[in-house]
Formats: sequence, C-alpha cells, structure tokens
Amino acid sequence: MEHSTSIKNEQKTAVNPLNGFIGRKKVSLTDEEIIKDLLPQKFGMRGMVWVGILVIICLVGVYSYYRQLRYGLIVTSMRDYASWGIYISNFVFFVAISLVGSLITAVLRLSGVHWSTPLTRIAEIIAVAAITFGAIIIIVDMGSPERFYNLFLYGRLQSPIIWDVTVITTYFFISLLLLYIPLLPDMKILLAGKEKKGIYKLYSFLGSFWKGTHLQFRISKKAVNILCIAIVPVAFSIHTVTSWLFATTYRPGWDSTNFGAYFIAGAFLAGAGAVNVAMYIFRRYYNLEKYITDDHFDKMGKITVMLGMLYLYFNVNEYLIPYFKMKKPEEAFLNGLFIGQFAIIFWSAILGGMIIPMIILLFKKGRRPLPMFICGIMIVIGAWFKRFLIVTPTLLHPFLPMHNVPESYKHYFPSFDEWAIALGSLAGALLVITIFARIFPIIPIQETLIEQHEKEHH
Amino acid sequence: MDTNNTSRKEFLASIVTTGLVLAGCSTKKSPFESSADGDVKPTGEKVKLLSVDGEIIEVDKAFLKPVPEMPVISNSEARKGIPGKKFVMVIDLSRCKNLRKCQAACNHMHHVHSNLNWLKVYPMDEGEHTAPYWQPTTCMHCDEPPCVKVCPVDATFKRQDGIVLIDSDRCIGCRFCMAACPYSIRVFNWEKPDTVSEKLSHQQYSCETSLPQKVGTVGKCDFCPDMARKGELPHCVSACPNGTFFYGDLNEDSVSNGAETFRFSDLIKDKAGYQLMDDLGTKPSVYYLPPAARYFPFEKGLEIDKG
Repeated sequence: MEHSTSIKNEQKTAVNPLNGFIGRKKVSLTDEEIIKDLLPQKFGMRGMVWVGILVIICLVGVYSYYRQLRYGLIVTSMRDYASWGIYISNFVFFVAISLVGSLITAVLRLSGVHWSTPLTRIAEIIAVAAITFGAIIIIVDMGSPERFYNLFLYGRLQSPIIWDVTVITTYFFISLLLLYIPLLPDMKILLAGKEKKGIYKLYSFLGSFWKGTHLQFRISKKAVNILCIAIVPVAFSIHTVTSWLFATTYRPGWDSTNFGAYFIAGAFLAGAGAVNVAMYIFRRYYNLEKYITDDHFDKMGKITVMLGMLYLYFNVNEYLIPYFKMKKPEEAFLNGLFIGQFAIIFWSAILGGMIIPMIILLFKKGRRPLPMFICGIMIVIGAWFKRFLIVTPTLLHPFLPMHNVPESYKHYFPSFDEWAIALGSLAGALLVITIFARIFPIIPIQETLIEQHEKEHH
Repeated sequence: MDTNNTSRKEFLASIVTTGLVLAGCSTKKSPFESSADGDVKPTGEKVKLLSVDGEIIEVDKAFLKPVPEMPVISNSEARKGIPGKKFVMVIDLSRCKNLRKCQAACNHMHHVHSNLNWLKVYPMDEGEHTAPYWQPTTCMHCDEPPCVKVCPVDATFKRQDGIVLIDSDRCIGCRFCMAACPYSIRVFNWEKPDTVSEKLSHQQYSCETSLPQKVGTVGKCDFCPDMARKGELPHCVSACPNGTFFYGDLNEDSVSNGAETFRFSDLIKDKAGYQLMDDLGTKPSVYYLPPAARYFPFEKGLEIDKG
C-alpha cells in the first residue's frame, strides 16, 4: 500500500544485496511485488477480534495465577497422588511443539531442501513462543515460585530438572538467533526510506547495523549454518531430557527405556501439525498463495505422514509391549488407558490425533490446504491430550494403593483456575505469534527474493 | 572494664539452658522482658548458674536472656546428621490392627495438615488366595533415595546417619521427589497447613523437627531425629500400644519399641525380616517382619478404616 512507492525508489539500493541479479529479465514476480505481498499488514477486523479474544483469555489466566499465588496450589485440583496435572502436560506439549523450529529450519536446511524456506520463520516463531511459555508454565507449576533463584544458588547437576533448565535455555537462545539473524536483511527492507518513528524505531534498534554488504551476508550465512548444526543435538536434548523427568522414576508408564525417542517422535509430529495449521492460517489471512503453495502443503503432508508413522511405531512399543507382559503395577495403569477411566481420551488421542490424520494425508486430495489444516488441528489437539495421558494417569496408579487420603485426592479433573492458566498460556503463545506476524514479515522476504532470482537463473 | 564484665556475664547467661532460665521466672517481674531491650539495669538479685567450665557462678537476674525460638541444631548442622549413628526401623506386621495411634501422634507432633498423613496404614490385599494384613508405611529413609537424586536444589538430602530430611526453606515445590518416590510417602502442603498456629508459623524452620510446615513445600516422615538427639523414640513408636514399631541404631545392632529391645540382626533373622520393594534398589532403612502369628485378625482393623 503506502509502502510500495517508496519501495520502488529504494529497490535497487536497499533490496538487492547481490548486484549480479540486477537487470535480470522479469519472470513471474518482481521484487516489488514480492515485497509488497510479504510486508507485515495491519490487523483487520478479524485480526482485532482474534487479538482481543487472546488478550482476554490471557488476562483470565493471569487473574487465576494471582489467586494461585495468594492461596497456594490448593486452587488447582492437583493433590498428593496426581501431583502433576495439566500444567506439566502443557509444559511437555509446549516443548514438543517447539521442536518444529529445528525440524523445518535445521533438519531440512542441512539436508539441502529448499522448498521449506517460506516456512522457516513460521516454524521458528512457533518454537520461540512455545519454549517461552513452556518455561513460564513450569514456574507456574512450582509451589514456591519466589524461590526460583534456588535453582541457580543450589542447583545440583544430578537432577534432570537442572538438565532441563540448561537445555531449554540453550534452545531458547539458539531459536531466537535463528529467528533474528535471517530477519536482519528483512529489517533493512522494512526500514527502507522510512522515518524512524513508532514501529520503525524498533526495526532500527534491532537491525540498523545491517548494511547488506557481502561480508555481512557471508557472516550471517555462516552463523545460520553453525546454529542449524548446533540446534539439532540441543533440540533432541530438550525433548529427551523432558522425557527423562518421567523416565528417571520407577512408576508404571514412565519406567521406560523407550521414552526419549518416543518423546522426540511425538514432538516432531505435534510440531508438524502446528506448522500445517499456521501455514494455512497465514496463507489465507495474508493472501500468501503465491508463496505458500499447494505444493508446500503436499510436501508437509508427506512429512507429517512419515512422522506419524514414526510416532505410531513408538506408541506400539510403549503400550503394547508392556500390555503383552502385564506386570502387576502396569496392569491397572494400562487397563485405565485402554478400557478404564482414561479410555475415551486415550483412543481419541490415538485415533483422532494420529491414525485418522495419517490416513487422510496418505491421499493426494488429503494433502490439499483445507484437509491439511483440519488434520493439523486434530494432531495438535490430540498431542495436547496425549501429553496429559503421559503425565497424570501414571501418578494415579501408584505402587501402594491410594489410601488414608480424602476421597478427592484419588481423582483428578483440572479446576477452573488450572484451565484458565493452561489456556492462558496457550493463548499467550498464540498472541506472541500473532503480534510477531504483525510486526515482522512472516515469510522471509530476502530469502524469497534470492530464491526467486536463483529460479530465474536456472 | 565494666563493659567487658557485662559482656562476659551476658555470654555466660546466654549459654545456660532453658531449664535454668525458667527457674528465674517465678518472680513477678519477668527477666525475659527486662533483657529484651539493650538498656539493662541490675536488680541486685543473683541467680546461680553452671558455667561451661563446670564452675558455679552468680549472674544478676537482669542479665538472663530468654533463649530465642531457634532450633537448637542449625540447619547446616542438621544436614550432617548424628555422628556414628545409622538409624533403622523394624515394623512388625503381625502386631498391627490399624489403630492409627501412630498416625495421630505423628500428625499431632508435626502439625501435619488435617488432610494429609505422613504415616499411612494400608490394607494390603494382594493376591486372590493370600491373607490381607495392615501395613503401616513411614518414609523408608532409603540408602539410595530416588527423591534425593532428583531434587534440583538439594532441599531434600541424605544424612550420614541414614535419615532423609527436607529443608522447607529451600524447597521450590516442584514435586519431582513425589513423582520419584515409589512408596508415595511424600505429601505436599497445597495450602497453609490448618494445624500450624500463627505463633508456630513464625518460628524458624528446623529440618530436624520439620516444623513449621509451609505452604508450597513438600513434607514427609522425618524419623524424628530431634527425639533421637534427646535419646527418645519417634512419636509413632511410642504411640503404638501394640509395640508394632521398633526403632534403633544399626551400628549398635539394637532396636526398641519402648517396652521390648531386640538385637536388630537377630530379629530380622528370626522373623525373616524384609524390605519393601527392595527390588527397585532403593535400599530402605525400614524393615518389615511378615504378618505371621498375628496378634489380631485383619477384620479388627476394618472398623477404624475410613479409606
């Protein structure tokens, strides 16, 4: 809109970092068109309503957290047996979702895949938002959050929680850098010919040192490559270590050598589902059909099926093999999942969150945008409930019978405050993603330009 | 010179035990009040005290200071444990009829929240053709404690005398220890304990008495090390009318329920003592004697059991 005129004037100096490409013949899209399409857009009516709803959910969550701080964890439904509830399963969910950043950015990049470029920033902001709220929700779960600093004063390396704090912090910063470094050239484009007022002050603060020289491009490319290599083991660590929070105990359902790999497979699937949803929404809302094409959905669909099969494989290992042996402590737990009080959630998560989406995505028609979006939603919701099934049913099946406690201690259904806080954190993560997409181009402009030029040269 | 003298007197006065201080309380003006502020005026009335060197000395009553409400054992000292000791417990299942006197005494003495129990008595009814029995369960004070392994801040710790304790001033309330404990003995203070008085709640926390319990932290059976220091038995042991619990020192190889004292190794050998879920490798400090030749039928305990 108002950007386009100034962009035209600035185009040669500001936009094109590789002078060799100037003066090439025009093919499908000009640089101006690409920039015009990809610049962040103001919220429309729907955007405002969406942000409003998210803000309200967040505020309700904040109020519930205030209540929790005031009265203690008694406002939750967690009690001595179900001592971890939806806060912890929400945490595991966030960690799972965040793994997608490394999948799309690093794994695909390192394996020389180029079609995923328009999706990198979507994946990376999902990762950053999820890991941020994952960290917040773990503090929310603490009974004495005011003593958080004890982790640094008295931290003991032998505790898996310290490992988790370490790898999550590392992952957060690597993800942030992977988000930030590719943003620098885009910020130059955003700043082109603008007065440093309002939001442009932010762009200028974050990226005014970027001049777009060859040296800067070379350094940035190298940095991204190093980060892409570094993030793979860190990403595997965050989810493996998160699984160890459970697997280092003796309890039925957690006492598994399979847990690390099982968690990573589940995380990849959940993250892929989240990207499918985000792709669809951004494409529709920002009219990005030229950039996030049907081909992207098709390819992401195939990846999702592959990840789904991987996760299914680990689920078979995780549930059917103990079921075959039926060790006594496992018996009540497994029966609770398969035919007991958790059966409805369990089968919904397995079928609706994994098997049915996989079957849909096996067909080419199923990999079209809308079915992909629906499958993505199913996978993400299934993943959330699956995390709940990993955390709480185990705790409700202790080795010694539940006894000498009030009746309410023997069951778990989250309280209003718990729901409010958990939903508030989910809304918070969505809000971060939404606001990010309002401020920054959600599809990397510079990289799209470069790819476009490369395409034209071939 | 004069000030030196005063400070020496003050020092001597401050080392006296509470019992001697109480002797000075009988007069109408409380020495506790007079020494509360810095400006102390000698009353002329002398109190005889025993100094650290074993001399009998006289101190003006005005210089007597109340012992502040502080644990006798500092929390850093409490982390070390009682030297030369290795505490064990033996629970004779044949004597338990689920009276829960142990539980009541424990809850009362530790001001445990009314919804919670540190000590639980389980009706164990495992196999189709096996006999049910009552099983009191305290903290096992494992030699390989899974809870201590996972604590991120060293709030729960293992002492050289074998006791596992909690520093509630340090606990961050993550509840990982509760997930890790296979015996489910740990409880959480989900709200401010309703049994802790206003006065108690302001007292400084002591790892050895586990008092006062605080909201947002984990609590559990502490094997009553404060009683052990006094040479007394834990509250559950002395509360049981049937002498189900035996407590003692493995190094001395003796355990007692107050009325009877046994050689620990003989008791375990003669009655085929075992540890709970020792297959997990936790190495518990609590041993069980099987419920053979029972004192009471299992059904007796059902009257009391409320689930």
